[in-house]
Amino acid sequence: MTTTRRDFLTAAVTAAGAAVTPEIAHSGSTHDHDHQVVPSDPTLRVKALESLLVEKGLVDPAALDVLVDAFEHKLGPRNGARVVARAWVNAAFKERLLRDATAAIAELGFASHQGERIVALENTSKVHNLIVCTLCSCYPWPLLGLPPRWYKSAPYRSRAVIDPRGVVREFGLALPEDTEVRVWDSTSEVRYIVLPQRPAGSEKLGEEELAALVTRDAMVGVANVSLSPEKSAT
Amino acid sequence: MNGVHDMGGMQCMGPIVYEKSEPVFHERWEGRMEALYRAMGVWRKWNMDASRHERNLIPPAEYLRNTYYESSLEQVSGLLVKRGVVTREEIESGVPAPGATKVLPALRADGVMPLLARGTVSSREVQSIPSFKVGQQVRARNINPATHTRLPRYARGKVGGIVRDHGVFVFPDTNAHYLGEKPQHVYSVRFSARELWGDQAAAKDSVYLDMWDDYLEPA
Repeated sequence: MTTTRRDFLTAAVTAAGAAVTPEIAHSGSTHDHDHQVVPSDPTLRVKALESLLVEKGLVDPAALDVLVDAFEHKLGPRNGARVVARAWVNAAFKERLLRDATAAIAELGFASHQGERIVALENTSKVHNLIVCTLCSCYPWPLLGLPPRWYKSAPYRSRAVIDPRGVVREFGLALPEDTEVRVWDSTSEVRYIVLPQRPAGSEKLGEEELAALVTRDAMVGVANVSLSPEKSAT
Repeated sequence: MNGVHDMGGMQCMGPIVYEKSEPVFHERWEGRMEALYRAMGVWRKWNMDASRHERNLIPPAEYLRNTYYESSLEQVSGLLVKRGVVTREEIESGVPAPGATKVLPALRADGVMPLLARGTVSSREVQSIPSFKVGQQVRARNINPATHTRLPRYARGKVGGIVRDHGVFVFPDTNAHYLGEKPQHVYSVRFSARELWGDQAAAKDSVYLDMWDDYLEPA
C-alpha cells in the first residue's frame, strides 16, 4: 500500500476541514499529537465526500442542511398518527383510506418521497398485519419518517417473514393463536402502513388525543395502541 | 443476485435490538450522508434500482457488519465512480483532480421541499396488458439471475393468489442495469405461510409480496 490509513485520514480531514468544519481541520493539522481525539472513520470520509462534491459544484451545502432538517423534524410518525386518528373518528375517511390510501392520505397533505403508492392495512380482532422489507429497508417515509435501526437490521428483516409471531413477541406483543397474521414484504415501490385497532376505552377521546396515542411501532405492526403508550411516536 | 441482502427466512441473525427514543440520526455524519445521497440523486446519473443493486454488491461480511449509513457511504461512492461523476482518487483525497470542471449544484436549498413533495415516481402511465387477474393462482418463477432482482429467494417456485393489481411500474431487473424501464403490472400476491415454510407455520398465516408480471407464471 502506498497510502497509509493515517495519511488517508489526514488528507481527508484537511480537505474536508478546509471547506466544511474548522475544528476538524485543527485536529488534522495536529495529526501527530496522540492526545488528539480522532473522529471516527465515517465522520472523516463523509466530510471528505461532502467537501469534494461541494468543491465540484455538485451539491449545495445549504440544501443538505434543509434535507437533514426535513428528515429530523418534518417527516415522522406524527404524520401517520394523524391519518390513523382520522380513520378512527371518520368512517368515510377510513373507507377511502382502505380503498385508496394514496388518495386519502393526500387529503391530509402527506404524499412525498417513498410514499408514491401507499396501501393501508386494517388490524381487527381477527387479523394482524406486519410490515417488513426483507431485501432492503423500504418504509413509508411521508407517514413514518426514516425507519429505526431495528427495522433495517438483519434480525428483523430475516425473521419477520418466517416467524412473525416470534418477532412481535420480542417487541412484547403476544398474538392469540387464532389471530390471522399477514406479513407484507415491501418488494416493490408500494409502501404499506398498518391501521391499528382503536384501543378499548378511547371512545370519549377526540382526534388530537387519539393521534397522540398512535405509535410508529403500531403502524409497522410490532405493537398495538394502548391508552397509555410507553413508546411514543416521537 | 443471490446475495446476503436477500435474507428473508434466515434464522441466524440474532435478537432484534430495540432502542427506546431512538434519534433520527445517531451521529451528525449519518444525516449528512443521507442528505448527500438525496442531493446527488437529482443529477439522475443513476436510478433507484441501480442504487439498490450497488448496495447489494457490498461484500457480504461487510454488508452484515456495517451500520446502515456506513453502507450508504460505500453505495454512493460506488455509484459516483461507476457513473463517472468523480474518480476513486478524488474520493480518497477529498479534493477535485487538477483541472476538474465545476458545475452548479442541481439542488439548491429552496428546491429541497418541492423535491421531497414530488418524490421519486416509478409508476408509469403506459398501456401494458396484465398477464394475470385478481383471484388467479400463480407461481413465482424459479429464476436465479446473477443480476438485480426483487424476487426474493424464499418465494421462488411457490404458489400464491393475486389479491390486487397495483398498476404499471418500472421493472427493476432491467432498470438497475440501465437496460430500459420495461414497465409492467405489479401485483400483490398472497402466499400461505405453509406454502413458504411448511407445517411449522400457522395454518391461517400468510405473506404478501409485490410481484412484477415477469416474475409470475400461471399455476
